[in-house]
Amino acid sequence: MRKSRRLASLALPYGVYALIFILAPLLLILFYSLFYQGSQGFAFTLKHFLKFFDFSEPVYMKVLVRSVRIALVSTVICLIIGYPMAFILSRMNPRVRNIVSFLFVLPMWMNFLLRTYAWMTLLENTGVINSLLGSLGLPPINIMYTEGAVIFGNVYNFLPFMILPIYNVLIKIDKSVVEAAGDLGANFFKTFTKVIFPLSLPGVTSGITMTFMPAVTTFVISKLLGGGQNAQIGDLIERQFKSVGDWGFGSAMSVILMLIILVVAGFMNSYEKDKSAGGVLL
Amino acid sequence: MKKIISLLLVCFAVAGLLSMGGCSKSDPNTPVLKVYNWGDYIDEDVIAIFEEETGIDVIYDTFETNESMYTKVKTMGASSYDVVIPSDYMIKRMADEGLLAEIDTSKLENYSLISDKYKNLEYDPDNKYSVPYMWGTVGILYNTTIVDEPVTSWTILWNEKYARNIFMMDSVRDSIGITLKMLGYSLNSTNLDHLKEAETKLMEQKPLVLAYTADEVKDKMISGEAALAVVYSGDAITCMDPDFGNPDLEYVVPDEGSNLWFDAMCILADSPNKEAAMKFIDFMCRTDIAAMNRDFINYSTPQIEVFESLPEEIKTDPVQYPSDEILEKSEVFADLGESIAYYEDLWVRITSG
Amino acid sequence: MKRLIKITKGAYSALIFAFLYAPIAVLIIFSFNESKSRGSWGGFSLKWYESLLQNSEIMRSLFNTLLIAVLASLIATAIGTAAAIGINSMNKRIQNAFMNISYIPVLNADIVTGVSLLVLFLFLGIPLGRISLLLAHISFNIPYVILSVMPKLKQMNKHTYEAALDLGCSPLKALWKVVVPEIMPGVVTGAILAFTLSIDDFVISFFTTGAGVNTLSITIYSMVRRGVKPEINALSSIMFVVVLLLLVVVNIRSSKDVQKNNRHSSSNRSIGFR
Repeated sequence: MRKSRRLASLALPYGVYALIFILAPLLLILFYSLFYQGSQGFAFTLKHFLKFFDFSEPVYMKVLVRSVRIALVSTVICLIIGYPMAFILSRMNPRVRNIVSFLFVLPMWMNFLLRTYAWMTLLENTGVINSLLGSLGLPPINIMYTEGAVIFGNVYNFLPFMILPIYNVLIKIDKSVVEAAGDLGANFFKTFTKVIFPLSLPGVTSGITMTFMPAVTTFVISKLLGGGQNAQIGDLIERQFKSVGDWGFGSAMSVILMLIILVVAGFMNSYEKDKSAGGVLL
Repeated sequence: MKKIISLLLVCFAVAGLLSMGGCSKSDPNTPVLKVYNWGDYIDEDVIAIFEEETGIDVIYDTFETNESMYTKVKTMGASSYDVVIPSDYMIKRMADEGLLAEIDTSKLENYSLISDKYKNLEYDPDNKYSVPYMWGTVGILYNTTIVDEPVTSWTILWNEKYARNIFMMDSVRDSIGITLKMLGYSLNSTNLDHLKEAETKLMEQKPLVLAYTADEVKDKMISGEAALAVVYSGDAITCMDPDFGNPDLEYVVPDEGSNLWFDAMCILADSPNKEAAMKFIDFMCRTDIAAMNRDFINYSTPQIEVFESLPEEIKTDPVQYPSDEILEKSEVFADLGESIAYYEDLWVRITSG
Repeated sequence: MKRLIKITKGAYSALIFAFLYAPIAVLIIFSFNESKSRGSWGGFSLKWYESLLQNSEIMRSLFNTLLIAVLASLIATAIGTAAAIGINSMNKRIQNAFMNISYIPVLNADIVTGVSLLVLFLFLGIPLGRISLLLAHISFNIPYVILSVMPKLKQMNKHTYEAALDLGCSPLKALWKVVVPEIMPGVVTGAILAFTLSIDDFVISFFTTGAGVNTLSITIYSMVRRGVKPEINALSSIMFVVVLLLLVVVNIRSSKDVQKNNRHSSSNRSIGFR
């Protein structure tokens, strides 16, 4: 007993650190969102939240809806593109697939701002892709500075976050289960829908979480590719803290963003638990 | 091998820890001057010259709008910069809030080289807080291969012919200001009816706008991304440069008049290096240095000797040194006080709605 | 039929890779571009690699980036490893509480972490600069270290530590000689993860840095808005190649480990995960 208490004290520095640098900042944000500095110290107020949820001037709610929409669409596209890739990858022989999965992670080591910038060079009206299309006599794509461009940027940046968790689950699926399905007369389609896909769901849920979360909170991608008129909630928060200087409102939006994350995380978590509680095969 | 790497890491970490507090240069006695300026608004070789001449180490940072500079200076308090280069209305606001230190211009050797035309203006009546750096206008930069009509009015930015072919500025005061100007109001208007009207106009314009941009507009206009852009005069000249610009670009200040602005060098009240800051400001007014900066960024200079030495075609160039007629119709931004909050909200409704 | 499937698979993978690598190819190609403009090709040149060394803005931010990343990952690894050992010895309820706190920075939006730390530093009067940047990086690094060390501790036999004590080891010695070697792979993974997260971070640094202290990401951000200097392309190409080599070495090593220990090692895969 004493031994373990002594070991437990090793967590003390972290405990202190977490208290000051993880918990306290969040409490401060909550505080600033609910209190404003009047002439006589701090007073409670809901004005920041009311400003956000102002139905006569729904601009902030519009931004919220846009953020969620962009993130959802990006996530769905990542899933549609990413799942087959993860599946192909998982079917390669182990030596090859290690190298290939490594190649998926590699681009993430190049600064994402630079990669996004490079896409600007590629996608512009006068950019590389359009000059290529033009020389082939094809009509140009005018995607820069649209919501589509922001979604494109999200898909590009977060696709590996979708592929890798699914891939990690797929390679762990017991081969004999798949073979058994085949032996029992299931064709590929059936084996996939009835056995492989259900088994890969934990990977899919964590892929969705890992794609949706950064996509709903990003502020840089929308700024660079969206041309200032496809703002997401992250852009508004950045604006409050960096340009307008209204901490109260910025904090309130941060709190709202945190709530969204909590809800999504809770939802995905419970979904995952349901699945495993249902005890699919394994 | 592993040991060597870990040893190197530790050495690096220790060296880093030692230098943590101050600057990266080894000598802790080297004075450090932190300068905060607009992006692309100096010939950076000038900084190296200053460092060499004075032994002062300069840390140079840039900002995109007056508002972001103001907020950063305000939130960072004492740990922020020594010299900042804001525009007129922001200088007034910062001075009123006590953010700026007084400058004794009699101690600046080169202050007399600044033309009296640019001294004692409304934003800083006795030049107590600022020394003029550059000035210019806001206007329309357009690509003559796409726009074949004469550009004389801000209304061209509302012409559906140029749908998704227009760059607006992502800057609260500038974009709302030119809209007010187009409507025939003052660009300092705080009249709610005027502002509502401007908002409706800007909303109408939104589908035509390709993007709301900052400094990147220069690259884009050079490569021919759009037909029209609202830009500052100096940026326009950079874009029109015969060597690395685009020869098809033209710049015009519309007939309704525009914003006439002055950027000036200030010292922050909290600056611990006021002496070094004074040296820097004096240095920036020196003829050779001011000439380098002017040649590099192409804005209009308030420095007499630099102006005099310019070739005649630049001195009379309506873009760089516009006629009095245009200047008369133009206005300088005033500090709006509390009303700026309304402007900010309006701008969010435009760009994010 | 089988052939067709194979071709489809190959084509699909090729498309995805083209998508992932297109911008990187663009950056690397333009780092050799004689002309400064990113729109046109002016011939092959190494001049941006030369002028990179003279660009004090970039070199300064590179120094800051490396400094912060090394310090933050070392400190976070020390605190995080100790914390993981401590947490592991606690009872389930407290363990869960600690782990939930550790998940906050992992799950939370970077921008919220960034602004909340900014508010904290100003509230506490900690000047914004290298110190605040370091503190911020440590705080988002520690949880990742804990999360990589924890599984190794769970795999470990609980009784080895006690056996060492019974055999007369001092607690410290027992930790050092018995526990630490056992969890070393997790510690290394955690440290590498922390280091790369630090290097890569933009959002949190953007909010917590002060006047004149820029990391590479921040410098790149301000350049992206004004037009990226070709030197940055050169620098990122170099960094890309260095990382590529490092990862190849790490991967070869860890696949050797796998063969040696005949045990499933996840270290190579968890790198690069956020």
